[in-house]
Amino acid sequence: MTNSTHPASVVVVGSGQGGYQTAASLRENGYRGRVTLISAEDALPYERPPLSKAYLTGRADQAQLWLRPATYYVRQSIDLVGGTVTEIDRAARTVRLADGSSYEYGHLVLATGARPRTLDVPGAGLRGVHTLRTAQDATELRTALATARRAVVVGAGFIGLEFASVARSVAPEPGGSTARGSGRTAVRQAGRSTAREPGHSGCEVTVVEALDRPLARAVSAPTADHFTRLHRAEGTRFLFGQGVAALHGDGRGRVASVELTDGRRLPADLVLVGVGVTPRTELAAAAGLPVRGGITVDSRLLTGDPHISAIGDCAAFPQVRSGNLRRLESVQNAVGHARLVAERITGSTTRAYNELPWFWSDQFSTKLQITGVDDEGHDTEVVLGDENSEAFSVLLFRGADLLAVESVNRPADHLAARQLLARGIKVTPDDAAAPGFTLKGHLTHPAPGRRHHTPGAGRTVIPCRSSNADVTPSPDTSPPSNDPS
Amino acid sequence: MPKITYVAVDGTERTIDVALGTSVMRGAVFNDIDGIVAQCGGHAQCATCHVYVDETNLDQVEPARPDEDDMLGFTACPRRPNSRLSCQLKVTSDMDGLIVHLPERQY
Repeated sequence: MTNSTHPASVVVVGSGQGGYQTAASLRENGYRGRVTLISAEDALPYERPPLSKAYLTGRADQAQLWLRPATYYVRQSIDLVGGTVTEIDRAARTVRLADGSSYEYGHLVLATGARPRTLDVPGAGLRGVHTLRTAQDATELRTALATARRAVVVGAGFIGLEFASVARSVAPEPGGSTARGSGRTAVRQAGRSTAREPGHSGCEVTVVEALDRPLARAVSAPTADHFTRLHRAEGTRFLFGQGVAALHGDGRGRVASVELTDGRRLPADLVLVGVGVTPRTELAAAAGLPVRGGITVDSRLLTGDPHISAIGDCAAFPQVRSGNLRRLESVQNAVGHARLVAERITGSTTRAYNELPWFWSDQFSTKLQITGVDDEGHDTEVVLGDENSEAFSVLLFRGADLLAVESVNRPADHLAARQLLARGIKVTPDDAAAPGFTLKGHLTHPAPGRRHHTPGAGRTVIPCRSSNADVTPSPDTSPPSNDPS
Repeated sequence: MPKITYVAVDGTERTIDVALGTSVMRGAVFNDIDGIVAQCGGHAQCATCHVYVDETNLDQVEPARPDEDDMLGFTACPRRPNSRLSCQLKVTSDMDGLIVHLPERQY
């Protein structure tokens, strides 16, 4: 499949999900040139979603997170290089590493990802204050969680809530190991009653959030409200509309309390800061590539330099519907980008990136799935099912157009929504509000809503209350994420 | 450990000892068997670990739960009655001798 127009070598900076997938897809597409995957982390490429979920509860070693075993890279002639890239020389088409080595590229793929934001307050550097992005972060957090009694989570985003869910479920043991299996079940049951046996409950968890609800930048109000109820029922305390003024130590360099902007102090032996991420754009910016809230790329994921692409969390790319430049943080996005770039490099496509975004988050036994993207702000919400129950979906519309669907414990809705959105099948708020409407049904018979109905008789139609609509989409807000960012 | 046989589209067979408690998907991925992608990492979210369970082994696997059943509507190759997502096939001692056939493509 390779021919003379293909670059002789591809260098990929960053070995997260997107970097790995670029290398893997190049080989799948028959690319025979040199493939170099440069990683600043001392680890084989691994998956990040479990880091804020199952990995925190168990004893699994990092090898279980690997995307592929070491033999895969040998077999596929993918050169894994450990090191930090310090410079892109666009004229010489070379990247230089901190150790002085350099690699020439025919095409360069920037899959540099993002780094967690930290708090800019006194005491932010105390021991016991964590962020969560890498396997190393997760391993440290897991160790800390095993003996923690009082955790404060700063930021009610996906990372914070997924961590809170794990922390409420894990029984602390002074010996240092975390409970699993039956212990977890027992704790969950205890969480639904008012009384907790001392020493047999999850760690105390308080979530501090500057806005008035969780996941405010990522989901609609009905979905956010569900997660507020869910976490409260499991014993998590929420403090909304609160910022952090300072972190205080115990005199020996360890965090002991969190001071809020209203002056209150929350005792804490573990603090997780989950206040979003900053894309890693420094290399691109230093090389003179356009950067605006992310490495700016066109619809084919090319930067301003025809020999350099950017993908995944670090790339601000034009959204299909709105044309807005926006970053998305998810496995699906990283993989989709990687495949497109690999296809382009091997000459099998010149298409624009147009994959439908999808995403999931597990918290306690609840699964949230989202598809589509609400980057323009929706003006109507239609709820399928009862939003006060354990299972419902929220359809987000702008005018007559369906932008996104959030499904809480309704996987069939999620999958039908993916089909509808991907195939461009029209769904209007009136359709969705009609009695008997289902997403799956609409997929096979796309016009049930044409029959007469009384508005609101069958469904909750909400002419938007506070929602994503009032959040100005900014490339630096935290969109849905499947990785711990 | 149960022995599981993976049969590629071209008929090539490989038999692997797969650890209990892991999945038929992980058994493939960690033993360099191509043809299973598992984009989502094993969460029944992407339908890129589709396999056909050999007709002679159907009694060795638990039936699909509703979320897997729904996701099977998204496979790249045609869904058949013996279609499964290999990430949802948790390896048990009952699976010794299981044969799964890999589809032509996963996406």
